[in-house]
Amino acid sequence: MKWAIADVVGVREETPTARTIMLRIPGWTGALAGQHIDIRLTSPDGYQAARSYSLSSAAGAEFASVSIELMPDGEVSPYLVRGVSVGDQLEVIGPLGGWFVWKPTQPEPLRLIGGGSGIAPLVSMLRTHAEAKSTAPAHLLYSVRSPDYVYFRDELDALAAAADAEVTIQYTRHAPQGWTGTVGRLDGARVTSWAASTAPADGGTVSTYICGPTRFVELAADTLVATGADPLTVRTERFGGA
Amino acid sequence: MGIVTPGFFGKRREADPHLPPGQYETKDFPVLSAGPTPNIHEGEWEFSITNESGDVKRWSWDEFMALPIENVDTDIHCVTRWSKFDTKWRGVSLDTLFAEIETDADFTMAHSYGGYTTNVPLEDLLEGKAWVAFEFDGEPLDPEHGGPARLLVPHLYFWKSAKWVTGLTMHETDELGFWEVNGYHAYGDPWKEQRYYYDS
Ligand SMILES: Cc1cc2nc3c(=O)[nH]c(=O)nc-3n(C[C@H](O)[C@H](O)[C@H](O)COP(=O)(O)OP(=O)(O)OC[C@H]3O[C@@H](n4cnc5c(N)ncnc54)[C@H](O)[C@@H]3O)c2cc1C
Repeated sequence: MKWAIADVVGVREETPTARTIMLRIPGWTGALAGQHIDIRLTSPDGYQAARSYSLSSAAGAEFASVSIELMPDGEVSPYLVRGVSVGDQLEVIGPLGGWFVWKPTQPEPLRLIGGGSGIAPLVSMLRTHAEAKSTAPAHLLYSVRSPDYVYFRDELDALAAAADAEVTIQYTRHAPQGWTGTVGRLDGARVTSWAASTAPADGGTVSTYICGPTRFVELAADTLVATGADPLTVRTERFGGA
Repeated sequence: MGIVTPGFFGKRREADPHLPPGQYETKDFPVLSAGPTPNIHEGEWEFSITNESGDVKRWSWDEFMALPIENVDTDIHCVTRWSKFDTKWRGVSLDTLFAEIETDADFTMAHSYGGYTTNVPLEDLLEGKAWVAFEFDGEPLDPEHGGPARLLVPHLYFWKSAKWVTGLTMHETDELGFWEVNGYHAYGDPWKEQRYYYDS
């Protein structure tokens, strides 16, 4: 595997501070849902900075996509969210990572918990799940600030409407008009009640994937383990930050 | 070096001789783990070294604390590209532990609570290069950073510094551990940028 020069073939604003970038990568043969790529930027004097980004595209997608949240003081994410346009080229390597992955051959129910941009690899799993017509029940718990900050809004609605996945959104600051659910941080009690409501009736195994900022992942994973989940069935990807 | 990215100038300009290629300095202490953080109490914690003949030497927490403790001041480098300078640890040198072990094997596998493993050649653990650390910055090591105790092998990428470590087994050949089977490099030298399995 080597660094490849990818063409930016599409960009989509997901939220006021996040966007998806679609890439045509030479020799790309797809990935496993949950894997990431590294993107490397090079300044005119040869200085380089690279960061990891989870793929949000389905496993078999022709174009790889990444979905990036702007970190205001960051070095790489502001450039990717604000500075890149269709026709630009970026250096990438991947797909990478072999543990935080979901395969359509996994028959057990799938539980996904995402915070902010942590939705990216989980959407890849849901897209892969839908394309493979997997019959494994899929549940997503997605924590976002407010309705404007929901990534993949239409697609999540469509997945829920088609009963491919059950989608629960936890708004942490503001909910949409007419919202009847609760508003507030995803705390242990909310994770516990969601987990209980998604538990299979036969008490069988569930695979859980948790992704987002470090603190968020710690809270969700610790809560599940404290309420009885087998740690080996809980896979995590921590994006950094607090 | 690759293509120039128009309009990208970068923020962290100073070339710092302490920074391996492709790394940037952070003041935070980010967390890289594959799953939930195990919660192990000192009372149940145990460390052991098993040699190639199956002989086991064990230390309880109290026995461990009675061993000579060293202060370690070192830079650390995570494969996800952050480096942290001048981190301060306290722990027991692997030289102290191996003084009691009879072995001719060249490779070790570190085993952690939670089932994770990582492979490290024995020579990378000896001669003042590695510790089992239980204190960071003057405080007991946080569980999310590997407490009660983790391996500390600062000259390799930090995933080799197995969190929640509970033992080493000796092997005659170099077998791959959990992270290495899942795509990371078998050895992991940050100065050679050995991040992923295909890096030479
Ligand atoms: C395997 C993996 C997959 C990732 N996938 C994605 C993805 O799909 N989408 C995405 O947006 N990011 C993802 N990240 C995070 C990404 O790699 C960068 O860390 C992030 O874009 C910030 O980079 P930067 O250069 O802009 O900021 P930097 O210059 O590196 O850092 C600026 C500051 O922001 C802090 N920071 C870094 N990340 C976060 C965070 N997530 N939350 C809060 N503070 C943070 C840093 O600690 C630092 O203080 C992933 C990380 C990993 C390890």
